[in-house]
Amino acid sequence: MNRYRPRTLGLELAMVAVALVIGFPVYVLVNLSVRPTSDTSSPISPTSSPTLDNFSYAWQQGALGGALANSVLVTACSVFIVLAVSSLAAYPLARVTARWSRGTYLVVLLGLVLPFQLASLPLYQTMRDMNLLGTPWALVLFYSGLQVPFTVFLYVGFLRALPRDFEDAALIDGCTPLQGFRYVVLPMLKPITVTALVLNAVAVWNDFFTPLLYLSGSAQQTMPVAIAGFVGQYVTDWNLIFAALVISILPILLVYFLLQRSIINGFAGGLRG
Amino acid sequence: MDTGVRAPVSSTLDSTRTGKSPRGQVASFFTGASLKRFKEAGSPVTLAPNEQLPNRDHSPDPAPVPPGRRARTTPSWWFMAPALVLFAFVVLVPSARGVYYAFTDWDGLDPNFSFVGLGNFTDMFRDEDAVQAIWHTLLIAVSITVVQNLVGLLLALGVNSAIKSRNVLRVFLFAPAVVTPIVTAYLWRNLLGTDGAVNSFLGAVGLDGWRQDWLGSPDLALWAVVGVIVWQFAGYSMVIFLAGLQSVPQEIHEAAALDGAGPVRRFWSVTRPLLAPAFTINLMLSIIGGIKLFDQVYALTGGGPGHATDTLSTLIYKDAFTLGEFGYSIALAVVLTIIVAIASTGQYFVLSRNERAAQ
Repeated sequence: MNRYRPRTLGLELAMVAVALVIGFPVYVLVNLSVRPTSDTSSPISPTSSPTLDNFSYAWQQGALGGALANSVLVTACSVFIVLAVSSLAAYPLARVTARWSRGTYLVVLLGLVLPFQLASLPLYQTMRDMNLLGTPWALVLFYSGLQVPFTVFLYVGFLRALPRDFEDAALIDGCTPLQGFRYVVLPMLKPITVTALVLNAVAVWNDFFTPLLYLSGSAQQTMPVAIAGFVGQYVTDWNLIFAALVISILPILLVYFLLQRSIINGFAGGLRG
Repeated sequence: MDTGVRAPVSSTLDSTRTGKSPRGQVASFFTGASLKRFKEAGSPVTLAPNEQLPNRDHSPDPAPVPPGRRARTTPSWWFMAPALVLFAFVVLVPSARGVYYAFTDWDGLDPNFSFVGLGNFTDMFRDEDAVQAIWHTLLIAVSITVVQNLVGLLLALGVNSAIKSRNVLRVFLFAPAVVTPIVTAYLWRNLLGTDGAVNSFLGAVGLDGWRQDWLGSPDLALWAVVGVIVWQFAGYSMVIFLAGLQSVPQEIHEAAALDGAGPVRRFWSVTRPLLAPAFTINLMLSIIGGIKLFDQVYALTGGGPGHATDTLSTLIYKDAFTLGEFGYSIALAVVLTIIVAIASTGQYFVLSRNERAAQ
C-alpha cells in the first residue's frame, strides 16, 4: 500500500470517477439555483447567465433567517443539556457496581431500541397540555430526553476504560464528588464529548419528523421544516427551491469543512467509544 | 485515536479498587502492587466495541465498607437524576402510554375512548396498506443494509490505498452524510423527475431507452428511494469501515503477502475478520435507520405513487395526523418497535458471536 504503481494510478482515476458521479447532484443543485426561471434549457447544461436573485428571494420568502436562528437555538440548547445530564449520569452508572446501578443502565439502554415514533404521539398530547406545542422549547425538551440513552451509552463505555486514580486522589484531597466530576473527570472525557457533540448536533439539526409534529402551523420553524414548507409553496419553481436548499446546506457544509477532522472522527468514534 | 488495546490498564485499576479504603488503594499504588498485577494481567486483550471486560473483580458485591467512606469514593446516585427525569418524561412514560393506547380506539382528542383489545392489531392484518407498509419497511431496510455497506466497504478499500487523493476523497465522500436528509431528498426529487437531470444525463450519453419516471412508477419508486439513501450514507459506512481498516496492522498484511496470499485472499482471510466490529456497527446503523425511515420517503414520494413506497413511519404519520386514528397509528408504532427490537437483538447476538469467532 505504500508504493505508487501504475495500478494505483488506475485506482486513483476510478475513485475520482466515482467521486464525480457522487458529486453530480451537487453540480446540478448549484447550476439550477443560479438559473433565472426564464431559462428552460437542460438541467445539466451550464447556466448561461447566472444570477443570485433566487437566493435573496428564497431567503426572504422562506423566512430562512428565522428558521436558521431557531435551528441554532434548538440544537445548541438540546446538545448542551444532553451532554451535561448524560455525562453526569454516566459517572455513577460506570463507577458504581451495585445492582441498582446496573439495573438503571439496562433501562437506559432500552431507550436505544424504542423508536421515537412510539413515544412521540403520546408526548404530543402532553406537550399540547403544557402549551409547549409550536415553541422551540418543546423540541429542546424532546431532544434532551430522546438523546440521553445514546449519549449515556457513549460516556459509560468511555468511562469504564478510564483509570479511576485521578478522581480517587481528588476525593482524598477533599473534593466533593461533584467537584471531582467537574474538575477531574469531565476534562478527561473530552474525546468522547467531541464525538457525542458531533453526533447529537447532526441528529438534532437534521431531524424533520419531530419539528414537523411539534411545530406544525407555528411561525417558528426549524430549517428542515421551513424547507419542506417552502417546497410545498413553490411546488414547481425548482430554481427557487434549489436556492433555498443551497442556503440550508451552506451552514452545515461550512462547519463540516472547517471541522472535518473532528467530525469524521466523531462519526467513526462510535466504533471505539 | 487510540486502539482497543487498553484492557490491561483498566483491569489492573479495577483490581486495585475493590473492597479497599481509599488509603489502601493509594498505598498499594505506591508499593507497586498494581504494577505486579499489571504483569499478571498477561497479554493485551483487544476489546470489541460495547464489550466490557468480565467484571470478575466486582462480583460478588464488594465487602462492606463503612458508609461514610463509601460515600466519598463513589459518585452519588443523584448524579443520574436529571438525565433519568428527562429520559422518563420523553421516552419511558410516553412509550408506556403508547403501548396502552395501541389497545384503544382513541382519536387523539376525545377524552372518552374505549378499550378495543387486540382490535387494532387484527385490523392491521386486514389493512392492505399496513401489510404493504410493513413489507416495504423490511425490504428497504434489507436493501439499504446490503447495498450501502457494500458500496461503503469498496469506497473504504479505495480510500485506504496509496492513492494521492485519499484525504480529499474521504472528506468529499462523507460530506453527503452530514447534510439534512430532507434537503437531499428534495434535491433528488427533482433530479429523478421526468425532465430531471438523471434523465437528461442518460439522454446526453445516448441511453435514451433508460429514461424512466423514476419516482412515478410503482415498480421503480421504492428502489429510487433506496438509491437516494445509499447515495447519501455510503460515505458514512465508508468512514466506519475505514476506521476499522486502519486498525488492521500492516505487518499482518505483509506477512500474508510473503506467504503468497493475493489481494483477494488477504482481504478475505486477514482484513475481513478484523473488520468484524466495523461490520457490527455499520449493519446495526443501516438496518435500524432503514426500519425507521421517514424523511426521505416523505420528501421523495410522500408514500406514493398510491401506497407503493409507504413505510411504517409514513403510515404512522398519515394515520395519526391526517386520519385522526391515533390508536391505530400507535399500534403500528408498536409493530415498528417489535421489528426494531427483533432486528437489533438478533443482529447483536449473531454479530457478537462472529466477532468472538474472528478473534
